[in-house]
Amino acid sequence: MKIDPNCRYRSSHEYARKDGSEVVVGISDHAQEALGDIVFVELAEVGKVLAQGEAIGVVESVKAASDIYAPLSGKITAVNAGLQGNPALLNKDCYGAGWLLRIAPSAAAEWEGLMDAAAYEKECGKE
Amino acid sequence: MNLKEEPLLFELSSPGRVCASLPDCDVPATPVPPELARGDLSLPELHELGLVRHFTRLSQKNFSIDTQFYPLGSCTMKYNPKVNEAAASLPGWRNAHPLSGAEFNQGALELICSLQAWLCEIGGFAAGSLQPAAGAQGELAGVLIIRAYHASRGDSMRRTILVPDSAHGTNPASCTMAGFQAKTIPSDAEGGIDMAALKAALDGSAGGEVAGMMITNPNTLGLFERNIEAITMAVHEAGGLVYGDGANMNALAGVLKPADVGIDIMHYNLHKTFSTPHGGGGPGAGFVGVRPDLAEFLPGPIAIKAEGRGASREIYALGMPATSIGRMKAFYGNFGILVRAYVYLRMLGAPGLRRVAEAAVLNANYLKALVEGSYKIKYPRRCMHEFVAQGDLAEGVHTLDIAKRLIDYGFHPPTIYFPLIVPEALMIEPTETEAKETLDEFAAALLKIAEEARIQPGLLTSAPTSTPVGRLDEVSAARNPTLCYRG
Amino acid sequence: MPFIAATDADRSAMLGRIGVGSLGELFSDIPASARFPVLDLPGPLSELEAMREIEALAAKNLSASSSAWFLGAGAYYHFIPAVVPALASRAEFLTAYTPYQPEVSQGTLQAIFEYQSMAASLLGVDVVNASHYDGATALAEGLLMAYNAGARASPNAATGSGAAAAVPRDRAILCADIHPEYKDVIRSYLSAYPVRLEESELPPEKAAALADASTFCVVASYPGFTGAIGDIGAAARAAHASGAFLLVQADPIMCGLLKSPGELGADIVVAEGQALGNPMSFGGPFLGMMGAKASLVRKMPGRLVGQATDAAGRRGFVLTLTAREQHIRREKAVSNICSNQGLAMLQACVYLAAMGKTGLRAVAELCWNKAHYAASLIAKLPGFAIGTGSFFKEFTVKTPVPAEELASRLSRRGVVPGLPLSRYYPEREYELLTCVTEMCTKAQIELLARSLGEASA
Repeated sequence: MKIDPNCRYRSSHEYARKDGSEVVVGISDHAQEALGDIVFVELAEVGKVLAQGEAIGVVESVKAASDIYAPLSGKITAVNAGLQGNPALLNKDCYGAGWLLRIAPSAAAEWEGLMDAAAYEKECGKE
Repeated sequence: MNLKEEPLLFELSSPGRVCASLPDCDVPATPVPPELARGDLSLPELHELGLVRHFTRLSQKNFSIDTQFYPLGSCTMKYNPKVNEAAASLPGWRNAHPLSGAEFNQGALELICSLQAWLCEIGGFAAGSLQPAAGAQGELAGVLIIRAYHASRGDSMRRTILVPDSAHGTNPASCTMAGFQAKTIPSDAEGGIDMAALKAALDGSAGGEVAGMMITNPNTLGLFERNIEAITMAVHEAGGLVYGDGANMNALAGVLKPADVGIDIMHYNLHKTFSTPHGGGGPGAGFVGVRPDLAEFLPGPIAIKAEGRGASREIYALGMPATSIGRMKAFYGNFGILVRAYVYLRMLGAPGLRRVAEAAVLNANYLKALVEGSYKIKYPRRCMHEFVAQGDLAEGVHTLDIAKRLIDYGFHPPTIYFPLIVPEALMIEPTETEAKETLDEFAAALLKIAEEARIQPGLLTSAPTSTPVGRLDEVSAARNPTLCYRG
Repeated sequence: MPFIAATDADRSAMLGRIGVGSLGELFSDIPASARFPVLDLPGPLSELEAMREIEALAAKNLSASSSAWFLGAGAYYHFIPAVVPALASRAEFLTAYTPYQPEVSQGTLQAIFEYQSMAASLLGVDVVNASHYDGATALAEGLLMAYNAGARASPNAATGSGAAAAVPRDRAILCADIHPEYKDVIRSYLSAYPVRLEESELPPEKAAALADASTFCVVASYPGFTGAIGDIGAAARAAHASGAFLLVQADPIMCGLLKSPGELGADIVVAEGQALGNPMSFGGPFLGMMGAKASLVRKMPGRLVGQATDAAGRRGFVLTLTAREQHIRREKAVSNICSNQGLAMLQACVYLAAMGKTGLRAVAELCWNKAHYAASLIAKLPGFAIGTGSFFKEFTVKTPVPAEELASRLSRRGVVPGLPLSRYYPEREYELLTCVTEMCTKAQIELLARSLGEASA
């Protein structure tokens, strides 16, 4: 199970990674493995304003469907259109090419509230 | 089994071939306005023999109750008596129109009325409706009745419905459709409802928000809920109603009336306990029965018997309960299915129902005894008409592989990966219509497969190899769905 | 005991293997005071006696085959070729379960795929599901589908651009002339949703013009309940102009002759498929057909069968996009629907294949011609008038005496002239809804006209 040390994590297995003034959001390797082969990804639209914990989409495999929640409050600035035609990207490279969306965060303090890589690894170990 | 690929109708089509045999038009023609007229109609063109061979060959690619043992847990795949089919195809039923009037449909109305009464009697309910088209519709009706009940009492705080974590997916889905939030109650170490968790959910202000609870008994583990009376009492004390999911009535008809242990509303699946055929996925029929004060909310129309009609020929009629939740579908239910259930019940009577439950429970316990040496049974206590085993036999071998390998042994697999609270679940329900020899053969196959899993797991992971197709690439099918012939 | 295999010897052996002394021990968990109640049910019958009883009951019902039959209103007397019941009743189809194990269900799965394909062609849509309970529930679930699809996927909204709609779309316009029972079912199904259902008195093209930014769907019947063929194309344009979906409930036989709702611009099309190879059967089991544009497929409830390949490259069929369904999404599922109308769908599939390209059109033409002939004869009767302008196989008749009285008198004499509209609309006492299909002969049509004339004299 891969854990990106540059990311912070929610207990619902979303990650957030700072990139300039924005944050890249996706789901962790643990999550994509549990879901199995991803067949479809549905995401909220660019421009949507989010509160932390708000539902931002659904990731579907053949046997399961998982809701995705915003790890941070902010406004969606980009959505990974590549996933529409190639949802397998999410399985192959969830921290890189399989990113879900980018947000402009609105509450800097929330970042500290997310689990760091070590804490997330420990959390996954408990499951 | 037919192992050969069968072309699609469109691939067998040849322009100019005709199957339909219709009379010429015997009245003057009226022109169709060109702006309304359809251009091309793309349907296949086959001659009758081609059509018959096609569907006959297709049918030979199916496993079915008439050809294989089909121990699907929670589905009650019992034998579908042929007499049911003979009864349902009588011309007086086939060509009966729902709107020609009560005067011209006394036979149908009497049948529905009688069946309503008998299904009520079996459950201990005061009134019932056969309008729902399926179990899931019966469930939705049940939850809508709960909603109507609280609304009628001006109780608008009741927003949640408690649902066990072992519940069938239709339960929480029905809650959502009726505007409730489903709140999950965990199961305890014995496979029953966790009473402490239940009490906590019903305590104080949380309890005031509980509209009711949906419960399946025996539950989806095949276990009888030993605390059922305490559970229903607790829900009632908190002001809620108890809804019974009757999918497992095969273990209970003639054994226990659910109303006697506090169930207020219940649905039965006529296509499970009452032997109507599964038809490759339907049609089903759902009966919903209620305690006396809920009768006014039942979905309708229902059949009613008029009292004191004297010499009138019209005894049976249709009526809408006083504050009905409304219609679940058009007309009066899946009548053709109701005819089948009626005949079945007439042949069985009360003694037959009890024998069915006894035989179903006996068969399940016997099969469990045969396999429990080789398969883990998470909750090993006495089961009722079905039991749940675990398929994690060896490293790299999953329940899915056992299921597929059973196919090579000539059996339809049991239900897999349900209920969700048992990992690698295999839910096995033999039903009462299976002979002991069949159970012995099935158990022998399961034991052989357990052995294969240890010494030659490739046989499982590559199964099935005796079918028209092997395991299909469901991932690609879902990523780029082709849902239609496109030429 | 019928259908149970176990003999005394079997039982004895099984109890021994389980390790209990008697059957009763297997039920020790059942509360003693409630165990083994005495059920007040009529005593068991042999097969011979049961058939005799059921035949007696069936004989008390009026069969359409014994009368000149002109009653439709949601259940239709159409010709069912012998191949339909012969093939659909094959035990391997009849006694199979839902095709969750595709390797042993290719018969059922391929039949569903073929049905989906033919129905999509008929209704003019990109994708059709494996069916709903009936036309009424398909309509209600179609409306829920439109609601769930919401503003984001509405026909005019550009994808991925701009913010979500500021005004929540919670309004649905139900055009006049939808089957009253279908409207009841819509109300039952949507009772817990925060939607505003508005019933319009206007025909589809005018009702759709009332759609605004708060409207998620316009619902129309094609033809209407009283037979009128509305302008679905205009309705689609009007609905789309406001960003609303158009949901159309259609007559599937009519789609064999006239333009399909999909072709005319409908986003979601539903139909009552009973007319396709299923008997009237006192109102059920029927067949809910549902189809939609490709962009809406992931919001569609019900089962879907897709094409797939196995490791050896062989083509097969499998239930797909199952993540929408209740067994995976549970409380978040698009719908709670679990079963489909399997057997009824199979009958429709065989029917469509048997009728084929030319046969279905021929059936529709017979209905069209015979209905217009009947209307022309009735229009000439003193005191009678035809109420519907443009119609397919059903039209309203304005009667000089109460329609209920006419229907009653004629029915007893072997002519069932139609549905008195007062059955659903008490104020419409002098209107009859008359239906003419390919089952009606010229002689029967002329008998209908004569009888109506005589009964009102």
